[in-house]
Amino acid sequence: MRLSSQIRRHLAALRALLVLTVILGIAYPVAIWAVAFIPGLHHRAQGSMVRTADGRIVGSRIIGQSFTDKDGDPLKQYVQSRPSNAGDGYDPTSTSASNLGPESIVDTLPDPALVKAGKEDANAKTSLLTQVCTRSKKVGELEGVSGARPFCTPGGIGAVLAVMGPRDGQGHVTHPTRVVSLNEECGVVARPFVATYDGVPVECAKYGEDYAKGEVVPVRGGAPAHPVVPADAVTASGSGLDPHISPAYARLQAPRIARTRGVSEQRVLAAIKDNEDGRVLGFAGEPRVNVLTLNIELDEKYPYRG
Amino acid sequence: MSTTTAGICFAGSLVLALAVVYRPLGDYMYRVFTGTRHARAEKVIYRLIGVRPDAEQTWGVYARSVLAFSVVSVLFLYGLQRLQNHLLLSLGFKPVMTHQAWNTAISFTTNTNWQSYSGESTMGHLVQMAGLAVQNFVSAAVGIAVAIALVRGFARRRTEHLGNFWVDLVRANLRILLPIAVVGAIVLIAGGAVQNFHDPHTIQTLTGAKQTITGGPVASQEVIKELGTNGGGFYNANSAHPFENPTTWTNWFEIFLLLVISFSLPRTFGRMVGSDKQGYAIVSVMATLAVLSMTLIMWFQLAHHGTVPTAIGSSMEGVETRFGVANSATFADATTLTSTGAVDSFHDSYTSLGGMMTMFNMMLGEVAPGGTGSGLYGMLILAVITVFVAGLMVGRTPEYLGKKISSREIKFAATYFLVTPICVLVGTAFAMALPGQRAGMLNSGPHGLSEVLYAFTSASNNNGSAFAGITVNTPWYDTALGLAMVFGRFLPMIFVLALAGSLAKQGLTPASEGTLPTHRPQFVVMVAGVTVVLVALTFLPALALGPLAEGIH
Repeated sequence: MRLSSQIRRHLAALRALLVLTVILGIAYPVAIWAVAFIPGLHHRAQGSMVRTADGRIVGSRIIGQSFTDKDGDPLKQYVQSRPSNAGDGYDPTSTSASNLGPESIVDTLPDPALVKAGKEDANAKTSLLTQVCTRSKKVGELEGVSGARPFCTPGGIGAVLAVMGPRDGQGHVTHPTRVVSLNEECGVVARPFVATYDGVPVECAKYGEDYAKGEVVPVRGGAPAHPVVPADAVTASGSGLDPHISPAYARLQAPRIARTRGVSEQRVLAAIKDNEDGRVLGFAGEPRVNVLTLNIELDEKYPYRG
Repeated sequence: MSTTTAGICFAGSLVLALAVVYRPLGDYMYRVFTGTRHARAEKVIYRLIGVRPDAEQTWGVYARSVLAFSVVSVLFLYGLQRLQNHLLLSLGFKPVMTHQAWNTAISFTTNTNWQSYSGESTMGHLVQMAGLAVQNFVSAAVGIAVAIALVRGFARRRTEHLGNFWVDLVRANLRILLPIAVVGAIVLIAGGAVQNFHDPHTIQTLTGAKQTITGGPVASQEVIKELGTNGGGFYNANSAHPFENPTTWTNWFEIFLLLVISFSLPRTFGRMVGSDKQGYAIVSVMATLAVLSMTLIMWFQLAHHGTVPTAIGSSMEGVETRFGVANSATFADATTLTSTGAVDSFHDSYTSLGGMMTMFNMMLGEVAPGGTGSGLYGMLILAVITVFVAGLMVGRTPEYLGKKISSREIKFAATYFLVTPICVLVGTAFAMALPGQRAGMLNSGPHGLSEVLYAFTSASNNNGSAFAGITVNTPWYDTALGLAMVFGRFLPMIFVLALAGSLAKQGLTPASEGTLPTHRPQFVVMVAGVTVVLVALTFLPALALGPLAEGIH
């Protein structure tokens, strides 16, 4: 009797699940799909695809894309998107964030033997700090401004030292005996970003050496708290598909765009304005510029003759 | 307007909107669960299921029905994933691996929606809509049903009966979740969420490179993912993906959806126990905790302490430009205060203390306002513990809503509370003790511990969000986190239903001089205090080794 009531209950459960699957899992999404054929909704339900003036579909208005050449270097005539961790960059089949934490500051150096053989060292890891520093330096060079940031070396690497020596009661090293710049590999950088620390000469880092007993000290440096290169230019978005950049980053790129396309900066700034959205109702979201539609407009109005 | 002011307006407008719907939605849900008439369509469904809708169930039968439904759901979802290559709309994907399929089946059945897979490269459209999205509905409905059963325990006198699980399940799905989902899905499409059945198709970008645009019935799944406090994204990037959460106001709308049912259920509770004030007291506790937590996380994120955030000049890593830091922090807070776990930005890259807040929110037991249903029953358990603590202080038998809280009741409440800390701390300890499992951490040092602690906190509390750097698609993590989800979901449910059964049997104890009034601000403060103290005592040592060690120099 007990057993049969258990079986009956599970059969009821199975039937309930099947009925609900038909209603909620088939009928409901198909009905929504059908409703989405209403003009106005249809274009969006299909992915908000955009065309150029000659009618070619070049992407989705709300999915970002890369404006780089085959080697991943920026195409100078285009406004650049943010860095992306989706696959090799803006790949919708593998959306992803970096997931590196706020104290991800020490790189795992690549094996020089593998690098020399032209191979990639799968165990090498670039810390978030070095990623940010490198991007800032590159953007600075591209736009002809300073790429300096706090905690970055002038070479665009995380400025982090391992300070070794006896520890005090709180675990700090007060009288260092040896200091290593953790992210600057010997042979890759000519010399560390600082010559001495607390009177001790700073060494470059060697692959395979263990600096774990040192106290990790990031060095702030003299860069301004609000660097010239904006935050969104040096960080990856959560999706890796961010279609927008900040108005500040767009304007930073305007002189280069104007130069390469042979138009006045005013016109480029006007095009940026055309593709800029403010906060909805004045408070929701952040001001932003759509990179793809901006570049389409630039191509139409001021074609690049490179 | 500055970012901070805009962020405060954003959060404030959510509070306002939730306050506006509190009464109408709460009253509507009250009528849904107390009405005696069955709609014609529902009668057909009861006949198809083979149950008598007017037959009442004892707590034991109710609990066994919940478990039977969940077991069948797990098996069905497991089978669907394993056979997906034979089904329509599979997009050519292989069957999901065994350990991952088990983890995912449990994850969606328990309302956790932890994802060790990447949606766009693992799941076909049919598995998404007929498997995963269906569980988004029904697991939320199961949570609501159990909460309503507990409320009936308080409201009823001298009876064994707590209602009928099948009726509660069907009504929660068809009368509450489905209508809101239909409207919400269309709103999301209007914002730019996609709803199609396309295979991934390749286009030529403006520069002539190739980009593969993915499709899918996303809007219909996105809305229930938030409304049912589920959180499992159609895509790996979850609500950060522009096809799931296209613009600034859809972000607002999604946060609203994930809070709305949990914040309105206290009204339903108040109506059912015959005192609106009791509902206001419970919602006040939820709101107090939520506002405090929201304030802290927004402060931590906007102040952007820490080495990398200082280098960046903002907490923008893992954050979308259209949402920005403040609105992303609001989403992160709401998703961890409820049992949602959807993310529109990546918590792993949050500041140390901002990331800690998301963890602390889950450790609160997800009661402010918590998951659909599970938030209400979690908060009522805490209210029971509070009257017990207060009773100890004055030396009287504690009462809540006219029911005596004797040793039997308090045993159920206390065991309920102990389940998740045990799952979280034991699970984390095992993971840290095994070298193979430590290797799953992406970050090193305290942040690595935070990743593991977050994973077990998220699984045991049925949240589903992650410090996503951790590699969890391994047999060990899939199994261990799967077990944490099962224990974290069903053991508390059984204790809640047992408590409900024991309460329903009692008669009414009339209020006397010594009865603690449970509808006044004093009680609100006491419950909030008890919640924070209990959680702090349980988890502070673990937090001190992870985010606190990282964030405080």
